[in-house]
Amino acid sequence: MTGQLRPLRRLAANITGHGIALLARLITAVRAEWRGADPVPRQRVYYANHVSNADMPMIWAVLPPNLRRHVRPVAAADYWLKTPLRAFVGPEVFNCVLVDRRPDRDGSTGDPLDNILAALNDGASLILFPEGNRNMTEDPLLPFKAGLYNIARACPQVDLVPTWVANLTEVMPKGEVIPLPLMTTVIFGEPVHLQEGEDKDAFLERAARALVQLKPEDHAP
Amino acid sequence: MLLFLGTCGLLLVLTMIGEGLRARYAPGGDNPEIETYMTRVHSWWAMVLLVSLALLTGKVGVLVLFGFASLAALREFLTLTYKRQADHTTLALAFYVVLPLQYVFVGLGWQGLYTVFIPVYAFLLLPVFTALRGDADRFLARVAETQWGLMIAVYCASHVPALLKLQFDGVAMDRGVLLIAFLVMVVQFGDLLDFFFGRRIGRTRIVPDLSPRTWEGLVCGTASAMLIGAALAWLTPFGVPGAMLMAGAASLSGHFGALVFAAIKRDKGVKDWSHLIPGQGGVLNQLDSVLFAAPVFYHLTHLVWAV
Repeated sequence: MTGQLRPLRRLAANITGHGIALLARLITAVRAEWRGADPVPRQRVYYANHVSNADMPMIWAVLPPNLRRHVRPVAAADYWLKTPLRAFVGPEVFNCVLVDRRPDRDGSTGDPLDNILAALNDGASLILFPEGNRNMTEDPLLPFKAGLYNIARACPQVDLVPTWVANLTEVMPKGEVIPLPLMTTVIFGEPVHLQEGEDKDAFLERAARALVQLKPEDHAP
Repeated sequence: MLLFLGTCGLLLVLTMIGEGLRARYAPGGDNPEIETYMTRVHSWWAMVLLVSLALLTGKVGVLVLFGFASLAALREFLTLTYKRQADHTTLALAFYVVLPLQYVFVGLGWQGLYTVFIPVYAFLLLPVFTALRGDADRFLARVAETQWGLMIAVYCASHVPALLKLQFDGVAMDRGVLLIAFLVMVVQFGDLLDFFFGRRIGRTRIVPDLSPRTWEGLVCGTASAMLIGAALAWLTPFGVPGAMLMAGAASLSGHFGALVFAAIKRDKGVKDWSHLIPGQGGVLNQLDSVLFAAPVFYHLTHLVWAV
């Protein structure tokens, strides 16, 4: 990439970003519900349930622009570097923090936590999916990976905000191609922090409970 | 044009009544009855402007307006139904094929098709696509809810622009536009006055557990709708007595339609269908009575007056 092209690329990334946010609003009328936290520019880790590739753009779209500028989604390097288009959308439009889900393989970028902590030290907020993978089960959440606990221990001053993305399983279940225009809501709960003397399992369970509590009731007959 | 000015005048009077009441009884805007009345009047301002804009751009404008209203209504309805992954193809077909096709058929004026497309063809075909995916969990409830959503949000809604396609003996072609205005006005004002009288003199609730609507409000609302119908008879080919009866029938089915929607909302545990219109709920909240009235009005007109 030459020097003259960079501003153009940034402009394209900016336009694409607004386009994605607009599309999310048009199709799903996505709406933020700030239940336990206010939309203020504090350093936060928004940790969310993960059922589809559209989760991250939804959270990103409902954040007010002044918050969005400082938010970096944590995403899998193997997914976002696969094609040139993804390499543009992931790192440049969303400004993703790329982590290697298989650090033992060749070409590894090292401990995934290093990139995350570096981003937090730069003052960025994060969007994180602590389940590590998309949840395909009937359970509301998969067991959390250790990442959230490690972040809470390394950066105790950062608010960990539980973020429930409601109704997206129906909009675009895993394996489907066409998204349905159903309404979605992103619910932000009360921030959690690591308590003194709390061990990893207890903390992760408490964080998961705070997230599941935000889940709206089913409309099952 | 006369009609548009008349409507604006009427809305102006209603707005002033509301402002007057507000100034007299609750200057701080803390009387919930007056505030609800005012939000409704404001929503009619928006609706009248939107519909007028559509009517000015002609029949295509009306079709596009109701097409998007259908999309928004179907989206609100199907968001609250029970779904499984096996419903995905069916729902995609409902949104992206059935809905646009219904409006294309209405636009082409193929009456033999648009009156049976959803109740017959979509009704038979869509469950097939669900069954092909092989998930039988609460199957009947799932296909029934989808079909109900299509009937109410697409089939019923499309009967408003379908009025454009009716033809009458020795009457100019643009009668349909005026019929739409007649239908929407008698139903909506009937609804508004039902609310108003219900709050003022209402004693006996129709269904106490479900809705604050009262028999007194219903009777006064329908009677007012009939009077409005008589006053607007010049818009229609019905004549004054006919216009009163049609207004009464449309308004009555609208009132009971709103009751049915109250039951659905209660079942689904929501107060409003969505938050699309700030402070006033969703598109379905606004349209519920018109949706119930439209097919009845269409078919009565077709049976008695159209050629």
